[in-house]
Amino acid sequence: MQELIQQLINGITWGSIYALIALGYTMVYGVLKLINFAHSDVYMVGAFAGYYSAHWLGIAENPSVPKAILVMLISMIVCSCLGVIIERLAYKPLRKSSRLTALITAIGVSLLLENGGQLVFGADPKFFPQLIEGQEIWSKSGIVISNLQLIALIASLTLMGILQLFVYKTRTGKAMRAVSYNIQVASLMGISTDKIITITFAIGSALAGAAGVLVGLNNPKIDPIMGLLPGLKAFVAAVLGGIGNIPGAMLGGLIIGVAEVMTVGYLSSTFRDAIAFGILIAILIFRPAGILGKSTTEKV
Amino acid sequence: MALLELKNVCINFGGLKAVDKFNLTLQKGELVGLIGPNGAGKTTVFNMITGVYPPTEGEIRFAEKRTNSLKPYKISAVGISRTFQNIRLFGELPVIDNVLVAFHQHTHAGLLASVWRSKKFWQEEQSLVKKATGLLAIFGLDTLKNEISKNLPYGQQRRLEIARALATEPKLLLLDEPAAGMNPQETAKLMLLIKDIQKKFDLTILLIEHDMQVVMGICERILVLDYGVTIAEGPPEKIKKDPKVIEAYLGEEIH
Amino acid sequence: MNQLKKILLIILFLGLFLVLDLLISPRMNPYYLQILIYCGINIILAVSLNLINGFTGQFSIGHAGFMAIGGYTSAAFTFYLGPKILETLFLPLWFSKPLVFVAGLLLGGTLAAFAGLLVGIPSLRLRGDYLAIVTLGFGEIIRVFILNIDAIGGARGFSDVPKYTSLFWVLGFTVLTIVVVRNLVYSTHGRAFLSVREDEVAAEAMGINTTWYKVTAFVIGAFFAGIAGGLLGHYLQYLHTNSFTFIKSFEVVMMVVLGGMGSITGSILAAVILTLLPEVLRPVKDYRMVFYSILLVILMITRPQGIFGVREFNWDWLKKIFSRKKAQAEGA
Repeated sequence: MQELIQQLINGITWGSIYALIALGYTMVYGVLKLINFAHSDVYMVGAFAGYYSAHWLGIAENPSVPKAILVMLISMIVCSCLGVIIERLAYKPLRKSSRLTALITAIGVSLLLENGGQLVFGADPKFFPQLIEGQEIWSKSGIVISNLQLIALIASLTLMGILQLFVYKTRTGKAMRAVSYNIQVASLMGISTDKIITITFAIGSALAGAAGVLVGLNNPKIDPIMGLLPGLKAFVAAVLGGIGNIPGAMLGGLIIGVAEVMTVGYLSSTFRDAIAFGILIAILIFRPAGILGKSTTEKV
Repeated sequence: MALLELKNVCINFGGLKAVDKFNLTLQKGELVGLIGPNGAGKTTVFNMITGVYPPTEGEIRFAEKRTNSLKPYKISAVGISRTFQNIRLFGELPVIDNVLVAFHQHTHAGLLASVWRSKKFWQEEQSLVKKATGLLAIFGLDTLKNEISKNLPYGQQRRLEIARALATEPKLLLLDEPAAGMNPQETAKLMLLIKDIQKKFDLTILLIEHDMQVVMGICERILVLDYGVTIAEGPPEKIKKDPKVIEAYLGEEIH
Repeated sequence: MNQLKKILLIILFLGLFLVLDLLISPRMNPYYLQILIYCGINIILAVSLNLINGFTGQFSIGHAGFMAIGGYTSAAFTFYLGPKILETLFLPLWFSKPLVFVAGLLLGGTLAAFAGLLVGIPSLRLRGDYLAIVTLGFGEIIRVFILNIDAIGGARGFSDVPKYTSLFWVLGFTVLTIVVVRNLVYSTHGRAFLSVREDEVAAEAMGINTTWYKVTAFVIGAFFAGIAGGLLGHYLQYLHTNSFTFIKSFEVVMMVVLGGMGSITGSILAAVILTLLPEVLRPVKDYRMVFYSILLVILMITRPQGIFGVREFNWDWLKKIFSRKKAQAEGA
């Protein structure tokens, strides 16, 4: 029983990070109908931005919470710039071509970031500095919760809450929803769709940057291809929850995080990478629009 | 003997009754019009007949056989074909291929014969092309047979849709606003064409149309739908004077 | 062309491939030979995926999974059953070995086709990106399962696979794949595949059993991917699941999109280009993959419809381009 609860806690920590990455996928998919494969590498860059800024600020030597927040902010800013640059250079010229073309371009950008990353950061794994000293804050009857896990969870929930507020309570958020509902009509209504797309990329990428730092805190080994699988699973999480749906991305992320940790704990670690897809296929066959997604029927 | 019979057919979309207790009987060789304001459920009736949406209640019989739960391609095989309101050609394919696709269900070459390119395969292929060209000629499209179909002007696309529908060799043809977007000359030609193919192919036709000139001009009988319910039925002269119909069209004058 | 002529032509081609194999293989630089063989395998993959993605419009990125099934199945067959069959068959080895190899390849292809059937079923309910992500998931699940089967090497990889693949077989199966897909596409069935891509609702209304055609496209595409996997395994004599990740599937999708969706000649050309590109870029060493990805992005931006679009390469077309150029030159 204790073990189960422990696994659940670990799973939720992981899941909240998946959810943060998934939000970026869901938002971009919402406005552009594009699976932005490069997003997983933006998350990787986020981890490295955190790594370098921590060293540069000398945080590795004397950790503290405000400095950790500073590192996270830097990483978020770096990532949002990167996201916007990618959108401008690679995706914008393809606005009118087929979605598949855009998808291949996204894969190309992803490859570029991974290989470029190996060149710039080096192919060997690096150790993320301890921004905050790890402590057990709860240790009773065999269940351990560390402050780092709690921080990851709280940070992700906060960011998601802010995003939800932004999308539903601000003018820009409303414009974003309009664009994702129907980009042509939105532009006819006087919404500057290019601006909205840029903002979407900026926010989504910033969230990925935050996820990069949070992962670095909990799982300090970082390398240029660290984004590959988590990115894919985060996308799966977005689809699972219902793509284009913010609470859906959170739900999907948590389900996948928990399912993975459970698989490793009770089945075999080798099946870890298959379980996310297994759940996805099972759900999509019965609910093609995802758990919280609205199914749309084609008008004939 | 009735060719097509719809008995108390209903369909719901998420609690909304799009069509309610719809009845329709088509005798062989009839040309019947289905009219009504936008959103009245006319296209939905077509979609139920062709199996795109199975009706929630009621029964559809074609040539004495129940077709309610058949998939669209099976319904095409029993002899019902259609055109679409918002043209749905195979846009990237050449004009002739649009017609050839519709011949598919009457072809015999299997996968292996096609890969092996047997003599029979070639013979069939040649006869299909000949047949398709002949069919296109009726619609004045034979000279354009190698054009990419999405590049055709609007009126020609509409005619190609009818040609494609005929290629399935139907007994019943459903035309969904065939004159939409056409100018008066084109429309007049189209009316003659519809009459013409009805005779030539021994067809029964059900027609949705907004252009009253067309409906009143060629239909022998007209059904008027409003909010999913039949509000009038009868020959054109009677429909023109029906107060309910006039009201449904909100004072729009019916010529 | 009558049957006899056709069979003679096939024999002629097989003979030609055999002669080529015997002449070229021993003399050629092994590195170039390997590239040539990779080109062939990639052509098989790209052309077969084009049937699913390009012609039928079902977005699949799970081709590496089918390839893995074919590769591992055929390798297991030739590795475990092969020697026993060779012992019991009292036939000269030059005859029985190819027999075992072909049997293994066909078995691998068939099992991959069966997986294709399973993967094709979600395509009945899902479309576009949703389908893509499911096929990708299937591919990864297949890989993880293979990773857990110890008899075929598991995480260590499957080594000591007999070396059966030679230039002859690669040429043979490459041409076979191209001919099969081409002939299918230019037939009434091909038009049915295309109609599914163009407009499913209209296709169904015109009497096309779209369900059957979607699944069939997956089955045929997967079969040839399985063959390609078998050829690769029996060439390298080693299989590892790391060669069949979704990255490999991406590579094949890139070939299809770069060549032009629904253009067989485009797929062939793109397969060759994307096989050669990393090799050509070898001199720039560490920057190789960076260049590769930049080139890919630039190619997609400048030529989004692929090299050939939906058209096929043909001589008339080339002539037209040249005569136009000439006319321009003369005009100027």
